[in-house]
Amino acid sequence: MRSILAVDDSASMRKMVAFTLAGAGYQVVEAVDGRDALQKAQAKSFDLVLTDQNMPNLDGLGLTRELRASERYQSVPILILTTESSDAMKQAGRAAGATGWLVKPFDPNRLIEVIQKVIC
Amino acid sequence: MGDMTSEGQHLGTDFDLSQFYAIFFEEAGENLDQMEQMLLAVDVEAADDEELNAIFRCAHSIKGGAATFGFADVAELTHQMESLLDKLRRHELQPTTAMVDVLLESSDALRGQLAVHQGTATEPPATHDLVSRIYALANGGAGSAPDTTAQATSASPTPTIAPEPKVEPTASESTAQAPAPVASAGERELDILIGPLDNPAAADGIAELFRDIPGLGSVEPQPSDSANLRVFRARTTASDSDLLELFTFHVGKEHIRIVENTQTATKPEAATPQAVAKEGTDFGFFDNAPGAPRPGAEPIAASSAPTPVVEHKPAPRTEARTAAPVPGGLESTTLRVSVSKVDQLINLVGELVITQAMLAQKSRELDAHANHPLLAGLADLDRNTRDLQEAVMSIRMIPMSVVFNRFPRMLRDLATKLGKKVELVTHGEATELDKGLVEKITDPLTHLIRNSCDHGIEMPEDRRAKGKSETGTITLSATHQGGSILIEVRDDGKGLSRDKLLKKAREKGIEAPDTLSDPEVWNLIFAPGFSTADQVTDVSGRGVGMDVVKKNITALGGTVEIDSAEGYGMSVRVRLPLTLAIMDGMSVRVSDEVYILPLASVIESFQIKPQDINTVAQGARVVKVREEYMPVIELEQVFQVPRFEHLSVSPIMVVVEADGQRVALMVDELLGQQQVVIKNLETNYRKVPNVSGATILGDGKVALILDTSGLVRRSRH
Repeated sequence: MRSILAVDDSASMRKMVAFTLAGAGYQVVEAVDGRDALQKAQAKSFDLVLTDQNMPNLDGLGLTRELRASERYQSVPILILTTESSDAMKQAGRAAGATGWLVKPFDPNRLIEVIQKVIC
Repeated sequence: MGDMTSEGQHLGTDFDLSQFYAIFFEEAGENLDQMEQMLLAVDVEAADDEELNAIFRCAHSIKGGAATFGFADVAELTHQMESLLDKLRRHELQPTTAMVDVLLESSDALRGQLAVHQGTATEPPATHDLVSRIYALANGGAGSAPDTTAQATSASPTPTIAPEPKVEPTASESTAQAPAPVASAGERELDILIGPLDNPAAADGIAELFRDIPGLGSVEPQPSDSANLRVFRARTTASDSDLLELFTFHVGKEHIRIVENTQTATKPEAATPQAVAKEGTDFGFFDNAPGAPRPGAEPIAASSAPTPVVEHKPAPRTEARTAAPVPGGLESTTLRVSVSKVDQLINLVGELVITQAMLAQKSRELDAHANHPLLAGLADLDRNTRDLQEAVMSIRMIPMSVVFNRFPRMLRDLATKLGKKVELVTHGEATELDKGLVEKITDPLTHLIRNSCDHGIEMPEDRRAKGKSETGTITLSATHQGGSILIEVRDDGKGLSRDKLLKKAREKGIEAPDTLSDPEVWNLIFAPGFSTADQVTDVSGRGVGMDVVKKNITALGGTVEIDSAEGYGMSVRVRLPLTLAIMDGMSVRVSDEVYILPLASVIESFQIKPQDINTVAQGARVVKVREEYMPVIELEQVFQVPRFEHLSVSPIMVVVEADGQRVALMVDELLGQQQVVIKNLETNYRKVPNVSGATILGDGKVALILDTSGLVRRSRH
């Protein structure tokens, strides 16, 4: 079973994402912010990291940079969920090493479609 | 599971988001609480970056959830707040008191909107004016270049709850128009000053950004006159705020200054950044990015994305598969559970306590020597049951901070309205109290604090004249004392005036002889219809008097005490039991019936001779206690207890106090003191006069818990 690390400081969003992905047959581990995610990512390998951008402690871009710095996550897909779809945001995401982005709010079915493009 | 095809993983289109509403509402409430607290703490002159960021995150988080779950009005208002907060945290605007005010008002409006969605209110608050005020503040005083992005996104965010993966209005709005504001800004020449830095090399990352991000522009390092200061000259089409966001990956925001070189002509034909390839309307992948689908392959438009094939396996997956999963220990350490589940647990433990008490009672008849192992087991059961009960009760305990947190805001508004300067100091926010009590104590405490501010704290000039500091202090504290919690509201205002209180009481027709002790005089303010202010303000004059406060606290099994020193302030101490579910009771017998009296209201008990009871007018009976007559209530008559044999021994009088008045209850026998689990009669039967609840005794019989204040009221008639 593919495992996904879902990172969001908002419990409702996190639960929604986790529920959606679990329903699609993925194993989901939740993390409440970038720092929590980093710890969990170090304890276990994931097939994909889906992270919110704006979070306390460590934001999505920070998390992406940290993950890319470790060998284990050099080529694991990392998707950033963001309400900002400005070019600057995208460029920052690219510079940080993210695989792609997904604009919030999103439809649960859409989320699965996008994830299936990256891991199948 | 790993071989599952994409088709097999599709969810139905009837995805129901409503199951997450409860979490969202709770979370939004928490975010609003947090935001309010932080807004109140913000020092507009020297706002802390981290503070502003945290406030922004709260609004951002609510907005994200609201948009996802389809609460368009909430999303719209938070979007406006977020725009303003974003400019604040980026230092594009300086925080002002007006901004804090409008944000606080917005947070009230959000609560109103959320209440409507939750079904606890019907009238949504009007937000049109609020939205335009926030917009004006966010776009009025800006010193930076006009921000077209704000214009573009100020349109109402369209929630995408409908499972329509084809067209995403929000996304198309943002991505389709995204390049526009950047390009329309034209190419500008900027001087970027970084520093002072402890490690100036960190600034080199900024030059790398321009190299890494195609289309961002060009940058050249400039000579700097200080070792820990770096200067760059950049040509870019990106806005200041976008640049700032990028730069903060390398250096702190507070170290960045961007100055536009105005003499350079702008070039509107500047190229649009091409960083983004393979993008759908609402998502995208970066070219050659790690983990992207088919790295290096030709760009694929998302709208015509091919169905992923099973044999297409990116490298990381095999790696991931070999890693041993770590079970458990990864989830968060708190759990949200509905109150009804906890209450059911408490109820079950209550039943267990009763069963245990029953067993304990039966076991006393057993021979201690012959049944030693059984009795030892029962003793263990007794201890374990008690521990279990305590542990379960603690689940319902929540910190007082939940109540305390609402007061800074209330007091701020109130003090502003009254033109007073008041500071609120709180102690013991971590003190825990039963959730049910916390909810019920909020209103009385609100009233006490309002009173302190309105009647207690003087106007700044009066305070100065008295040699006090202009700012009054209201101290709110909570501490555990034995089995109860003590909450104190103290102010350093003018205190109660004995003469004024006595005069007022007499005007109101309340009996108030000069011989009353100070505490008795202070207690006059609890008399119905008593108000100490010379004029009723719209603050305290809300039709709720101190008598109601006292009544509510008494109804919770609590007591109120006042202490005051004229000219120096007053203190109101509220003592409450820790929980509503368990009570220390005294069991008494009347004929064959057993009743429970709340121990807190029992003053004393004594045996009398029948001739000590005198009958006065209208058949009312009184008993003389230490040269004082006290009304007698015969429980036998109140509850019409059948009596089959004549009372052989002298009756016992139990003196109870409620609402500041004492009565003597006539009973046959005192059976003892015990903790009782309170069962609500209203939910199981109906409200019974003079009875506040029921409990199950050790022998399995039901005993009624007497409502002492009801009995006291009865004695008045």
